[in-house]
Amino acid sequence: MKLDLDAVEETAKHLYIQALKILPPDIKAGFQKLDASETNPLAKSVLATMIKNIDVAEDTTNLLCQDTGIPIYNIVIGRNVEVDGQSLKDAIRKGCERATTEHPLRSSVVHPITRVNEQTSCGIRVPVINVDFSNAEETFEMEMIPKGSGSENGSFLKMCIPAEGVDGIKTFVVDKVMEVGGRVCPPTIVGVGVGGTSDLCTKLAKKAGARALGSVCDDPEGAKLEVALSDAVNQLGIGPQGLGGDSTAFAVHVETAATHITMNPVAVNIMCHSARRARATFTPTGVEIGF
Amino acid sequence: MAEQTIHMPCTEEQVRDLKAGDTVILEDWLYGIRDATQIHMFDHGRTTRFDLNGHAVIHTAPNVKKVPPSNSCPAGYESICVGTTTSQRMERFTRPLMAQYGVRMIIGKGGLGEESRAAFREFGGVYLAIIGGTAALETTWIEQITDVDLDDLNPESLWEFKIRGFGPLLVAMDSHGGSLYDSVKQTAQDRRAEVLAGMGVGA
Ligand code: SF4
Repeated sequence: MKLDLDAVEETAKHLYIQALKILPPDIKAGFQKLDASETNPLAKSVLATMIKNIDVAEDTTNLLCQDTGIPIYNIVIGRNVEVDGQSLKDAIRKGCERATTEHPLRSSVVHPITRVNEQTSCGIRVPVINVDFSNAEETFEMEMIPKGSGSENGSFLKMCIPAEGVDGIKTFVVDKVMEVGGRVCPPTIVGVGVGGTSDLCTKLAKKAGARALGSVCDDPEGAKLEVALSDAVNQLGIGPQGLGGDSTAFAVHVETAATHITMNPVAVNIMCHSARRARATFTPTGVEIGF
Repeated sequence: MAEQTIHMPCTEEQVRDLKAGDTVILEDWLYGIRDATQIHMFDHGRTTRFDLNGHAVIHTAPNVKKVPPSNSCPAGYESICVGTTTSQRMERFTRPLMAQYGVRMIIGKGGLGEESRAAFREFGGVYLAIIGGTAALETTWIEQITDVDLDDLNPESLWEFKIRGFGPLLVAMDSHGGSLYDSVKQTAQDRRAEVLAGMGVGA
């Protein structure tokens, strides 16, 4: 399959706008689940407002949240997909830029030192484009995540030592969820990276936070940790928007990687309740848009 | 918990009546500010021609579209999506906003700190929490952008909004030192040890 770069550009534009307006079905289901189990009346009314906002955004085709975030594109190239790598990146960037200027969207991206905003949602190394490969025959996947700053600012890394063990990991996650409180717009998906190197660990936390609700860590040890931590953080009473209640997190997701005998890294990356995500799958039969 | 509608601008007495946990709905007028607006007003010595006395300000930077000025868009801006940003970054501006401009209400998400609590107590002010990340809904509470000042800072200009049924908003910090955030924080602190023990930490 030869990848049609015009279609990639158009899709990169479309996915950014769609992600900002329509939440994935798993997140909507997550809201219903929290609403059903929440016992605090104030928290219930906060959840109701959030659920209403999801409907209003769709009815008025407006943005769920004003923060258009940092645009992230995760692409996965399958077998026998023919494409020029640099042109592919250029097409994605162009699509991202066009979404911003043509919709128009607020550009939330600035130079890190001068703080100058090019008004395109793009800049040095942004949009973030992560490239991976898969076994899927003639398939190209593009996932788009507009990552809001309120929750992205809830990112942490600790190079624990082996003597701290799993206790160190658990304590770190609970303490960070407490520290960020309402700032990260709970209910959240708490992404946790365990193991690897410092950069891989951080990357895993981000990947975990962006995973669909209901998905489970491939590593059974990670999956066990997910259950324990999901339960634990929802006992802290932080609640939606940090105003109190049971619904602090939809879930805690964990991703793991092997690490060094003398290392025990743990990273946290939080996804806010505006857990936005859109996805396109390119195959020889066409482009399918989803979540 | 009481719910009431307040027409802006409001008086010190109206604000002192509000207690943490109450809900309010604002009518008529609202002003939008953000980091750069206040850095320029309070660090770079710029002033605004707007009279903010007795008014509410919201921590925002809206998505707007430039249009030719008309009856429905008198400032030449259409509001596309108006949402709320995290307040904590703007903590140090609460006092000057109240002392120099007479602002009585600050709307934001995530809460403010000790300096703001003291200013609310001293001058008579409240912090109203909006549900962060519900901008689509918030946008429907804004009738129009009636005016704009310090517009070279766009999107962090000083915005004047005509509002209708803006809320419900939650009184999260009142003028008597009360704060919803404190009690939530305390609860989390109190439960921490039990939560960790529940996962077998330290066992
Ligand atoms: S943290 Fe998320 S929901 Fe909150 S303001 Fe940012 S993008 Fe919106």
